[in-house]
Amino acid sequence: MRIPLTWLREYAQVPAGATAEDVMTELVKVGFEEEAVHRPLDSISGPIVVGQVLSMSPEPQTNGKTINWCSVRVVPEGAVQPHVGEGIEPSGIQEVVCGAHNFTVGDKVVVTLPGAVLPGDFRISPRKTYGHVSAGMIASVRELGIGEDHDGILVLSTLGLDPELGSDALDLLGLTDEAAEINVTPDRGYVFSIRGAAREYAHATGTPFTDPAALVSVTAATGPGYPVRLEDQAPIYGLSGCDRFVARTVRGINPAAPTPTWMSSRLRLAGIRSISLPVDISNYVMLELGQPLHFYDADKLDGDIVVRRAAAGETLRTLDGKVRKLDVEDLLITDSSGPIGVAGVMGGASTEVTSSTTRVLVEAAHFEEVSIARSRRRHKLPSEASKRFERGVDWEVADEAAQRAVNLLVELAGGTEDTTVTDVGTPPAAVTVFLPAGFASARIGIDFTPEQIQGTLTDLGALVEAADGGWSVTAPSWRHDLATPEDLTEEVARLVGYDLIPATLPTAPPGRGYSRTQQQRRRAVQALADSGLTEILAYPFVSKVANDSFGVAEAGAPREAVKLANPLSEEFGYLRTSVLPGLIETAKRNHSRGFHDLALFESGLVFLPSGTMGTASIPPLGAKPSDAVLDALDDGIPYQPLTIGALFTGKDTPAAPGHTPRAWDWADAVDAARLVADVTGVDLVVEQGSHQAFHPGRAAVLKLRSGEVVGYAGELHPKLLAEEHLPARTVAMELNASKVFDAAADVIVAKPISTFPVATQDVALVVPAEIPAAAVLETLREGAGELLEDVALFDEYEGAGIPAGSKSLAFGLRFRAADRTLTADEASAARAAAVELAAERYGATQR
Amino acid sequence: MSDIPQKTAPAPQSSTEPAAAPDPRDEAAIGAAVEAALAAIAAASTLDELKTARLAHTGEKSPLSLANREIGALSKEFKAAAGKLMGASRGRVAKALAARTEVLEAEDAARILVEETVDVTAAPRRRRAGARHPLSTLQDRVSDIFVGMGWEIAEGPELESEWFNFDALNFKPDHPAREMQDTFFVEPPEAHLLLRTHTSPVQVRSLLERELPVYVLCPGKVFRTDELDATHTPVFHQFEGLAIDKGLSMADLRGTLEHFARQMFGGEASIRLRPNYFPFTEPSAELDIWHPGAKGGPRWIEWGGCGMVNPNVLRAAGIDPDQYSGFAFGMGIERTLMFRNEVSDMHDMIEGDVRFSEHFGMEI
Repeated sequence: MRIPLTWLREYAQVPAGATAEDVMTELVKVGFEEEAVHRPLDSISGPIVVGQVLSMSPEPQTNGKTINWCSVRVVPEGAVQPHVGEGIEPSGIQEVVCGAHNFTVGDKVVVTLPGAVLPGDFRISPRKTYGHVSAGMIASVRELGIGEDHDGILVLSTLGLDPELGSDALDLLGLTDEAAEINVTPDRGYVFSIRGAAREYAHATGTPFTDPAALVSVTAATGPGYPVRLEDQAPIYGLSGCDRFVARTVRGINPAAPTPTWMSSRLRLAGIRSISLPVDISNYVMLELGQPLHFYDADKLDGDIVVRRAAAGETLRTLDGKVRKLDVEDLLITDSSGPIGVAGVMGGASTEVTSSTTRVLVEAAHFEEVSIARSRRRHKLPSEASKRFERGVDWEVADEAAQRAVNLLVELAGGTEDTTVTDVGTPPAAVTVFLPAGFASARIGIDFTPEQIQGTLTDLGALVEAADGGWSVTAPSWRHDLATPEDLTEEVARLVGYDLIPATLPTAPPGRGYSRTQQQRRRAVQALADSGLTEILAYPFVSKVANDSFGVAEAGAPREAVKLANPLSEEFGYLRTSVLPGLIETAKRNHSRGFHDLALFESGLVFLPSGTMGTASIPPLGAKPSDAVLDALDDGIPYQPLTIGALFTGKDTPAAPGHTPRAWDWADAVDAARLVADVTGVDLVVEQGSHQAFHPGRAAVLKLRSGEVVGYAGELHPKLLAEEHLPARTVAMELNASKVFDAAADVIVAKPISTFPVATQDVALVVPAEIPAAAVLETLREGAGELLEDVALFDEYEGAGIPAGSKSLAFGLRFRAADRTLTADEASAARAAAVELAAERYGATQR
Repeated sequence: MSDIPQKTAPAPQSSTEPAAAPDPRDEAAIGAAVEAALAAIAAASTLDELKTARLAHTGEKSPLSLANREIGALSKEFKAAAGKLMGASRGRVAKALAARTEVLEAEDAARILVEETVDVTAAPRRRRAGARHPLSTLQDRVSDIFVGMGWEIAEGPELESEWFNFDALNFKPDHPAREMQDTFFVEPPEAHLLLRTHTSPVQVRSLLERELPVYVLCPGKVFRTDELDATHTPVFHQFEGLAIDKGLSMADLRGTLEHFARQMFGGEASIRLRPNYFPFTEPSAELDIWHPGAKGGPRWIEWGGCGMVNPNVLRAAGIDPDQYSGFAFGMGIERTLMFRNEVSDMHDMIEGDVRFSEHFGMEI
């Protein structure tokens, strides 16, 4: 909301020297944030004065144009030019070249004298042009920054102005005013008016407020006005779409009457363009009182006005010329011809006020908030009117606003007021709230006196009556937001001042600290960073292709993904089912910036829909839904496991004297996954696997001991890397961390430590090349029995001495008994048993 | 080496012919041999030269060894005196030899150490230095402060039911407040699912799931349909606090925020509350922080929103607002990082450029 200061001063006591900044400083105290300052003088400065054309001689030019060589009197006859400067004639008669032709000798115009600056840093000085020295300029509205019209210069008589020569044109045109723009929160629709802003300014400063509505004296009706019927056949939430409709007629207006500059300049500062006097009056009254108005050309109305919901299939050509299909929920203004407006949103073209309109019907109605909000959204027609209706308009002010508009039409457009009045509807039931004594003090922590509470609420315009144990408070008609004791408490605190609230530190009950999962997550993330990876946070928005490539193990397998209804980019219109696309994008970005050795990880949620998506309806607010309803809400929310992914490309470290870096390889990806499992106390099983995004021979499937698959690791598919322009041998892993964390044992049971001597034996086994080493190792462990303390693979060999298609695996076995020193025979027997089982299962032979 | 004589006899060099053995009774001859030995030992400047001197003067064919061997052939009356002379003479040489060995060995050891000098400033990095993302480090830091106050950390889904994100938080279905938060909805729209616009749905979940009183902090990722620019991002992080207990007031809110602000920004930090509007709190306030270390000098900075929890939020969780009251607050982690750590462009936080995170390392 932009508040022109001259307007505010009419109803609030703003100190003479106060600026827009000063006004905003006051308003922010009562909850209105500063947005901007609008000050024409920041971009325009004088001397810019009223002049009169004394002579003009047209001079055709070689370029085909005709210019006017003019002399202009810029001081009253006989007076001395008060302005001094190069090119300013002391005689008060300036000679200027003017390219426009829409004026004549004797017209009063705006003359920018040398030294003036116009918007766009346009500096005026005497200059040679068309064979003359032009000492100044006759200005157009566009040059002055007050309008778009640049067909000709501004002839002041067209604005109904006949000012004294030499007077300050900036003042005349309202350019010395300025506006403070504040942000109005959705609960305070009444501050979308000078009336509301002045009231809040008064609250903020403790100074008196003059209610502009109270200054309007509504004409006593001499009879019924234009017939209007309110017939809402389908109220929303049981609330009638229109509960008041005031209609007034003004006849005999002069369609050519200009908008006075005081009005157009205030509208301009408020951000509204001047269009025509009637339209300007309707906007002006709306800005002043907060009541949106609509003017009809009364001669185009056909029969009774009926306010009703649309019928199926109805259409309306709106003021902007578009034909709109109406919804049965739209609240309409209709006459015998059909719809003539979508209530509170936009009027119809057929009854529009035009340059030939002489009889105007003024509508000041009160429309229900939700109905307006829905129509506005449905037709994508945000307007100054709908903005106010959606936030709630003062029911009481309709007749005063209509009267104010009537008065202005009479005064400025020469119309005659009809003393018949239409005012139909029923006032809403007043909301009375019981505010218990002590309630506000307890909520705020300030010991408010009864006088403070009563005083602030009365200042707001509320009716405050003492009741048993507190106050009975009836909110003023413009405060739809005051419906609970909490609402009243905020008002008391706001006006007394939030700065007075003391600080006390409440003590939370003994907490449990971080949950197990939270600790696991932090440990996993920290371990990855500690081991040299850099954490990234990618957007979860990905393409369908990315989800199809990374989200599923098998090519072409269907994986559902969540599609955004309103994505920022259609390409990245899905929620990720894998964190790998984000890691790849980030790796590419770093690559393009010259970083080729990367180890990146991300920990974040992925979105895995399956089955039910959402719920067909949602429960109402302000009440706890049943357990069944809450369960249904939760069941409709897709599975979102915490997922940890890592990507490695290039070398592990920078080359340095005495240090040869190592290229990251598939084992680093597997190891990163193992690290996450290790630091969270989980046993991760690594098996040969396959995943379409990975190299078919260099992919590991990661499983829990239970056999559940929780991820993949290995080298990314060379084809995919080529497509992504990433280096060959880029490796990655991805883990469902939620499942990994859940698999951690609650309690780890200690193993007794035997101090008897160790017996170590090595064994080299030749097995078919395709047998996984891990399988042979597990077999040895199984076959060796309980004397085996540990077994590790320490070498793998293929080549001379080993049959083709086979490989040699060398294992170190460590035997120890819990209760005695093992004999060499016992160890050898266990080893032999292990080898025997490997032979039986995999045809292993000792080398 | 004070006993090095001025005049030295030349030591027999590596002669192939055995020299004639001096008479072990000839004090002058033995003395000359000793002097020659001492001179050779003193002259040796390396362990190799010393070895040569040792062999020449104490070896089997050295004059002193040969003379010593002669003792056995002497008649009894000369044996004692010759033995004494030879013992003392050979002792002097052995002692000098030991002393010189020690010196040369020490010099040698020192030389080796000097030769082994490396340029430690060229030490290679054998271990890659990893880094946390500063937003995630800051989130941990904030959480630590509240856990230290006895609060717990609560989390919830990012893809949420509309009820938890709006209705449960007292956003009326058609109210303009619902549009203040530009929301990502998902297909199909009639499923009422959205990407949470704030972490407040976790507050409702906490109230539904936990025993009262509740003191929780809800950090996490949130989403709004803002295009990425220097100060906006469609995906960002918040932390919201919620305290529901008997008799909590706005003074408790201020005290909690003040305590937190001082933990984050030092003892001189303070906060300011200004009236504002949020559907889920009443009264509501905008929170400014006095940042003593702000770039360009101490000043007030808009930090977030807060207020007393609206009774309708409590009712949505089945809590009697006549029995319990409480407060809530919420701040942006990106915004906090921007003014706390002087990050001037949002792009740096979201692009994943390794330089950004690696500059912070593990700290914030």
